Amino acid sequence: MSTALTVPVSSAPVRLRATAADHVSAAAVVVVALVLVAFLALPLAAIAVQALQDKDGRWVWLANFVAYAQTPALLESLWNSIWVSAVVTLIAVPAAFVFAYALTRSRMRFKPLFRGITLVPLLAPSLLSAISLIYWFGNQGVLKGWLARVGLDQIYGAPGIVLAECFAVFPHALMILVTALTAADGRLYEAADALGTRAWRRFFTITLPGAKYGLISASLVVFTLVVTDFGIPKVIGGNFNVLATDVFKLVIGQQDFQRGAVVAILLLAPAVLTFAVDHFVSRRQTAMLTARAVPHRPRRKPWRDGLLTAYCVVVAALVLAMLGMAVFASFAKFWPYDLSFSLRHYELGLLDAEVGEGFVNSLTMAAGTALFGTALVFSGAYLLEKTRVPPLLRALVRLLAMLPMAVPGLVLGLGYIFFFNEPHNPLNGLYHTMALLTLCSIVHFYTTGHLTAVTALKAMDAEFEAVSASLKVPFYKTFWRVTLPICQPALVDMARYFFVNAMTTISAVVFLYSPDTKVASIAILNLDEAGEIGAAAACAVLIAAASAVATFGFWLLALWIERRTQAWKN
Amino acid sequence: MSTFLQLSGIRKTFGHFTALENVDLTIEQGEFVCFLGPSGCGKTTLLRIIAGLEAQTAGRITQGGRDISLLPPAQRDYGIVFQSYALFPNLTVADNVAYGLVNRKVPRAQARQRVSELVKLVGLPGSEDKYPAQLSGGQQQRIAIARALATSPGLLLLDEPLSALDAIVRVHLRSEIRSLQRKLGVTTIMVTHDQEEALSVADRIVVMNHGRIEQVGSPMQVYREPASPFVADFVGRINVVPATAEAGGRVRVGPTSFECAHDAAPGSAVKLYLRPEDVLARPIAPGDSNVFDAVIEKIEFLGSYCLVRVNSPALGEHRLTVYLSLNFLAEHALEVGGRLPLRLMPERIRLFA
Repeated sequence: MSTALTVPVSSAPVRLRATAADHVSAAAVVVVALVLVAFLALPLAAIAVQALQDKDGRWVWLANFVAYAQTPALLESLWNSIWVSAVVTLIAVPAAFVFAYALTRSRMRFKPLFRGITLVPLLAPSLLSAISLIYWFGNQGVLKGWLARVGLDQIYGAPGIVLAECFAVFPHALMILVTALTAADGRLYEAADALGTRAWRRFFTITLPGAKYGLISASLVVFTLVVTDFGIPKVIGGNFNVLATDVFKLVIGQQDFQRGAVVAILLLAPAVLTFAVDHFVSRRQTAMLTARAVPHRPRRKPWRDGLLTAYCVVVAALVLAMLGMAVFASFAKFWPYDLSFSLRHYELGLLDAEVGEGFVNSLTMAAGTALFGTALVFSGAYLLEKTRVPPLLRALVRLLAMLPMAVPGLVLGLGYIFFFNEPHNPLNGLYHTMALLTLCSIVHFYTTGHLTAVTALKAMDAEFEAVSASLKVPFYKTFWRVTLPICQPALVDMARYFFVNAMTTISAVVFLYSPDTKVASIAILNLDEAGEIGAAAACAVLIAAASAVATFGFWLLALWIERRTQAWKN
Repeated sequence: MSTFLQLSGIRKTFGHFTALENVDLTIEQGEFVCFLGPSGCGKTTLLRIIAGLEAQTAGRITQGGRDISLLPPAQRDYGIVFQSYALFPNLTVADNVAYGLVNRKVPRAQARQRVSELVKLVGLPGSEDKYPAQLSGGQQQRIAIARALATSPGLLLLDEPLSALDAIVRVHLRSEIRSLQRKLGVTTIMVTHDQEEALSVADRIVVMNHGRIEQVGSPMQVYREPASPFVADFVGRINVVPATAEAGGRVRVGPTSFECAHDAAPGSAVKLYLRPEDVLARPIAPGDSNVFDAVIEKIEFLGSYCLVRVNSPALGEHRLTVYLSLNFLAEHALEVGGRLPLRLMPERIRLFA
């Protein structure tokens, strides 16, 4: 051997030569990055630019914020948003905690039924509860008399918003708290029992500290959801102004983009804070539960199980009453005078070209979001996790994939107006199109899909790609033959999530539709505005029904996949 | 034999952490080499650099005369087996084994022929239509080996292939891997942290620690002539006793001077390394050197032999551990507190500074 041992002492880091497959994956990541930059980063940047410039495009820096702080009406909205969200958080989180406790830490019967009922509100736009409240307690509400007894003269305004939001956010809080309470280490309880610890002490020393991060996380999520929700204050808020309705009035009503952008940045603040805290908290949470933990199995305690069952029955009944009222009213002939069964509202709604078309648009958008969203998000996650991507590009795409979680739909939609409505933007042609609505929905719900995909990909053997490379099989063949088949359940889950959320979303698309691309959830708002609350209810019920059918369809699909893949899953 | 794989000056750093420091290594055609070391010593990193799964920070690799330093995995020539098996769960055994063949446009019938040949080779004929989940861990690892060998690579890389298996399967499979490798003559590198595994299968062992190669040698060399205290400690069990080097090939432990060959400076403080089996209880002939009277302090029963700790006025405050067979102890009715003469084999004593 005469190979001279000339070893480079310090030179540029060694990079292995790229193969054709590496070029393919790098190009694909660039595409994902470009989509996220164009449809997330730049629209958000456009908001910042608007907030820092005056009407004529001159940089005025913080002048818009100063002007905002000097407008008493707007400051009042800010205060309203904060206290209403705080009240909802104080009511909904403890209520959801008790419910979650019943589901996870008792021997109550019919748990799946209770769980299922509380998840139903997720199938409809959140403003469905506001419409129902109007039927219960509105000017012509069946229980209007009850209001006077608790000292309220009307439901419209803060009381209506608080009540409706409580129902809307309940499932979100419940899901987080169920997760937190499920992660219990049974050994701690056995140790406490062995030491003869009393039940209340066990609750305060083990259960509550264990769920602490879940409670923080649920509170932040609820607060953010309420601050940024647009539909409920619009329907039942009356003259009670909040930040979300201000944005709409400023931008759509008064075309005051500058102050609209300032409010959007205010809306972004709690969401970004939530995101940051949640990120920190979830890391602490995983560290708490070690691999050796034993699942906690609650023992039977008749009085506790009985009390919790009673509580859950009441909550489930309230949820059903909320949903049921909208369904019932949508079938009533002429509220409140003639309650006989009639399809009048559905005819009015659906035959009225606007809503019928809107419903078709909604289905198109939801299907597009489910299909393209799942494809984009899963491919993006795969490329990040499993292929050789330049580190900087990887970090950029990771950040952009997590960002949507911190961006309320209203803010995203506003960014889209500022960015795509700009005549000099080459993408201006997309404005008002279904394609943009679909892209907006994909980006809006990107993070949850991304996390689902990453979880599924991380569960796969990390060496599949290495083995493929050693066998000289390019990564895309392994992606097609192995990764996709294994990840089918996650793909179905992502598609379902995208579909239902695209069906029910209002906040992001409310700024983006045109008369031709109006979607059903927006039609609800317009019908309500026109005083056609019956038709609005019918439309909301239709959306919920479509979501339910889709959920059932995806469930059947998942079941079919499960059967088909039974052979290799043991 | 001819050189097959040559590593020169391989360095790998992760940020400020140096995983590999100037590794030079030559591997002959058809050799079975084990990379042995504690976790974090860099053995897996070195294997992954040879596979092209990590890029070295500096250094050169040639395989079969070809410089592969900058080649991506797909352009190198090796088959690889991981601790996790990494079998594709949704493909049958046949599809797994044929995974690399299909891509090379091997005709279908020929591929099927090759697959059945390979599953027979690894001792699982007739398992072609099963899915990985229907096989035991040991069987899955055999299939992973068959898959790695399917394309007849020039180099087989095994990354802790036996670590996930239980003890009995592990011992069985390692001898099978060894005989398979002999039969096929494929140059093989196996990474392991289990010294017994390395000693039993390797032609040569590369002992690594903190990103450096401590010693390269046959199992016997590594065991009998450890090149460093680390190797002596890591491979097998060994007594370590503080001592002082003396002139004339002697070393002093406590009050006693023992005979041993060494080149340490007289008067320097050293550590004496001696394996338990190199402290003999018999045969001891009258006039033998290095003999002293010992007292049994503790007996640890390990089956056919016992690990016995002894002290002796001849050793001062130091203790030694000795292997004594169960029969020997019974024959001499030895228990804790019992006395016996012991002899340190002079040619086996090693001194390190």
